[in-house]
Amino acid sequence: MNYSTKVMDHFANPRNVGEIENADGIGEVGNATCGDIMKIFLKVQDDIITDIKFKTFGCGAAIATSSMATEMVKGKSIDDALTLTNKAVVEALGGLPPAKVHCSVLAEEAIKTAIADYYRRNGIEHDLTIGCDGCCNACGHADKHLHNQ
Amino acid sequence: MDRIVYADNAATTSVSENVINAMMPCFTEYWGNPSSLYSGGRNAANIISGAREGIAGLLGCRPGEIYFTASGSEANNWALKGAARANQKKGRHIISQKTEHPAVLQALASLQKEGYEVTYLGVDRDGILTPGEVEAAIRPDTTLIAIMYANNEIGTIMPIKEIAAVAKAHKITMFTDAVQAIGSIPVNVTDLGVDMLSLSGHKIRAPKGIGLLYIKTGTRIQNLIDGGGQEKGKRGGTENTAYIAGLARAMEDAVEGIEDMERVKALRDRLAAEIIKIPHTRINGSMKYRLPGNLNVAFEGIEGESLVLLLDMAGISASTGSACSSASLEPSHVLLALGIPAEKAHGSLRLTLSRVNTEEDADYILEKLAPAVQRLREMSPLWNGLQ
Ligand SMILES: Cc1ncc(COP(=O)(O)O)c(C=O)c1O
Repeated sequence: MNYSTKVMDHFANPRNVGEIENADGIGEVGNATCGDIMKIFLKVQDDIITDIKFKTFGCGAAIATSSMATEMVKGKSIDDALTLTNKAVVEALGGLPPAKVHCSVLAEEAIKTAIADYYRRNGIEHDLTIGCDGCCNACGHADKHLHNQ
Repeated sequence: MDRIVYADNAATTSVSENVINAMMPCFTEYWGNPSSLYSGGRNAANIISGAREGIAGLLGCRPGEIYFTASGSEANNWALKGAARANQKKGRHIISQKTEHPAVLQALASLQKEGYEVTYLGVDRDGILTPGEVEAAIRPDTTLIAIMYANNEIGTIMPIKEIAAVAKAHKITMFTDAVQAIGSIPVNVTDLGVDMLSLSGHKIRAPKGIGLLYIKTGTRIQNLIDGGGQEKGKRGGTENTAYIAGLARAMEDAVEGIEDMERVKALRDRLAAEIIKIPHTRINGSMKYRLPGNLNVAFEGIEGESLVLLLDMAGISASTGSACSSASLEPSHVLLALGIPAEKAHGSLRLTLSRVNTEEDADYILEKLAPAVQRLREMSPLWNGLQ
């Protein structure tokens, strides 16, 4: 199996690893049985994601997609962050092996879950369906994801 | 990278110089078709018969009981499908066990589609199966028992001699996959008392794409590959003279070097003793009944593929039973069969040493491994909860 140079770069030097104390939103998706867990911490100010950190248990692709996805939404507005697709993450990484595309789904879902948590804490109405457990279709919108290349 | 350490010898090995030297004349000089009548063919045929005799001597059988194949997988498929089909009038039940190599499990799955019944025995927490459990699974229609000699992931050694005795007492054909055993522990078919035994060249420094099946005279078996009458009409295909010569040489060297496995075992034991000091780490599989070069550990809170990638960046080649290293996204069936929960199986690392490895290699692995584990644990959302 071959990872792109970009994937290996983000695996070897992951951006935004860590936790945020007093985070404004936290999202955790996946499960240990399936082999991937991603946890995202957000800091939000005036609707802008001013800081984002992640902790990931998973394969090289899981770590690289966490790193890339957090980079892609950092400094963006919440609305912009919600438009992030797993496909865009895969493209930004220069592609993923087909068996690893689900890691990018997890990254997209982790960010959405953290945003939903931020909404919940602030009493903001939303219609985000969340709950990706890393085993496909738990979220109810698996068909929206790019699953193969 | 300060050093390159190859610690994945159960996956494959490099071709040795001795083997290359044994093969080279078969490409340059003795390239004739062994079936041809003229001298070019006869010379090639002589090389093959010499190899067959040498190998038979090492395995404790007659030369006519050795059949060359294009891989260990082919030998496994042939043994299982050939013997099951040849005995189908007598019965269609096969006994095997859960930690077999995919080349056995998938061949058995194919036989199940044809209507054969297979009992997959479980193993204990150490990965071992007792002869009594095999005996208890025998039915009047059982015709074949297939239990591997040594496991490729955790290196555990099965009591094949005792299981073969059970098979013999019930007049059931006994097959063992000894691909991982050869060169690490003694493999003598007469002593083991098996009817069929498979081997592969590339685990012992012959090239990939050569293997063999020992078939004891009198064993009922159908052909898997029909063809032009090679291997006494039992396995078609123009013989791979060079690889057969290479396999014979590799086996000779492997068997001769078996004493050196004591040193490899000491190296492995040192690694085990140090690695187990890393918190939340366990060794998978029996340390008592185990190949000398095999170490399989699980680190909680991290995932094996990431660890293998980090080690690779440090110059160390190793492997994992993590789901993420496979297309199936299922963790190793071997670790699951030991009762290890999936979340722990994901964090497994297999290091397999050979005679090529040195004390310096072990030092280097120890220097790089703990920091790599620590780095991934610091990145893991599970680690805080484990501490
Ligand atoms: C136990 C066991 N059986 C069979 C095989 C298959 O051998 P080959 O790679 O020659 O097909 C292997 C190696 O992958 C093995 O470890």
